[in-house]
Amino acid sequence: MQYMLLIYGDEKCWTEAEREQCMLESMAICDELAEQGKWLASSPLCSVSTATSLRIRNGKRLITDGPFAETAEQLGGYYIIDVEDLDEALAIAARLPPAQKGTVEVRPLFPLPDRDCHSGS
Amino acid sequence: MIAQPQMANELSQLYKNNSGKVLATLVRLIGDFDLAEEAMHEAFLSAVETWSKQGIPENPGSWLISTGRFKAIDIIRRKKRFGELQPALQQFLNEVESHNVSLTQQDIEDDQLRLIFICCHPAIDPNIQIPLTLREVCGLTTEEIASAFLVSPSTMAQRIVRGKNKIRAARIPFAIPAVSELTDRLDAVLYVIYLVFSEGYSASAGDSLVRTDLVNEAIRLARLLLTLLPDSEVMGLLALMLLHESRRKARTDHNGNIVLLEDQDRSLWNQEYIKEGITLIHNSTASRRFGVYTIQAAIAAVHAEALTPEDTDWNQVVSLYSVLMRLDPSPIIELNRAVAVAMRDGPKVGLEILASLADRKELKNYHLFHSSLGELLRRTGQTDQAISAFERAIELAKQAPEQRLLKQKIARIQSE
Repeated sequence: MQYMLLIYGDEKCWTEAEREQCMLESMAICDELAEQGKWLASSPLCSVSTATSLRIRNGKRLITDGPFAETAEQLGGYYIIDVEDLDEALAIAARLPPAQKGTVEVRPLFPLPDRDCHSGS
Repeated sequence: MIAQPQMANELSQLYKNNSGKVLATLVRLIGDFDLAEEAMHEAFLSAVETWSKQGIPENPGSWLISTGRFKAIDIIRRKKRFGELQPALQQFLNEVESHNVSLTQQDIEDDQLRLIFICCHPAIDPNIQIPLTLREVCGLTTEEIASAFLVSPSTMAQRIVRGKNKIRAARIPFAIPAVSELTDRLDAVLYVIYLVFSEGYSASAGDSLVRTDLVNEAIRLARLLLTLLPDSEVMGLLALMLLHESRRKARTDHNGNIVLLEDQDRSLWNQEYIKEGITLIHNSTASRRFGVYTIQAAIAAVHAEALTPEDTDWNQVVSLYSVLMRLDPSPIIELNRAVAVAMRDGPKVGLEILASLADRKELKNYHLFHSSLGELLRRTGQTDQAISAFERAIELAKQAPEQRLLKQKIARIQSE
């Protein structure tokens, strides 16, 4: 089962040194997951100040500066993992450093029958 | 051949004793709640037919589980015939067919434990954990649960469906948690059982009989959990519930009015429950790993052991509340401790502590804070202030019996 772990937190509550430490620990976890065949993708995101939002209304493109919603905690990164079940996904989420300060949202990826056929699983 | 009425009786008894276990194991073998329920009902139907001819087998539980598993395969095949068999369902059928049927006594017990853990999984909305547990573990019908929680059956059915969908879509495992998570997960289960109990207990002053059934279900659940997982806090919770429930007959008069602990006819207390509760507390404290439920039970036990209100060992109650405050600090516990201190050292000391708590936001609008304040003010002879504290409590109290009790208190002061 594939899950996306969405990392939410207040960008401003990390010092540069903490950010660096977090990155090192996160990468170590990714390496470990990759070795077990459980890692599919992951990346931190640039600051929410770089976000651009787009919607189409009445056929017109509306482009605005900023994220989808202005909130105290923002989406700051993601992981896509392939594990047995929710408990395993939660156990991995609990090891991610941002879980200490922010929130890790765990969402199953919707299984598409087509993709399963192509990947042959 | 067994006579029909006798057979029906025996079957309904067998259903009662076995449906929980059979369903739990079928959920493991089949991996789907709805299909497992459907399969179990078909297995019981087929039992009625077969057993009335051939007699009841030696191990009816195993018979029902293996019949249920074949019924599940039939149900999936039937759906295939209607042309709706998707690749996922085909794969599912293969899995069910190839699944090894493991049916040792230990497996069956573990399945019941797994079922409790999955229904109380923290990833499920707490408002759904409770009905899901009552439905799947206790075997209550959706209608019974709906009436116990005073919502319509369709609302309750939707909640249960939402829970089952979450289990399926997020793939919440049908498993006993890893040792590293067991304590947290067990806490979640105990909390669900305690909420079931509280829902029934606080409502038992009202007129709904179904809600008092929740008390019995909670006690039954805790007993089942204790046989599956003999943990000290399971003992503590069961003891706490038994000790509270032991006072049920004495808690209200024949008009449904609340009778306070100090005014209760103690001969009405259920001594069997008290004895059992106290034994459980001893066993739990002997393990030295006990927690908040055991301590709360121990407080209830101090009251239970006092033959008259004057015999209450208030010093013991105060120390237990102090331990509880260290383990699980909360303004409500501070309030309870203050009331116990007032009983031990006099109302003046109690009032001083209450004054220091008056600004806590959790207590400001809590009716029991104001009624405790009123009681202590009355005892120190400050009748006007006592009356206004009771009036504030009446405004905040939600249940009619509580409001009646507070009004009586005001009337008593005014007549003195």
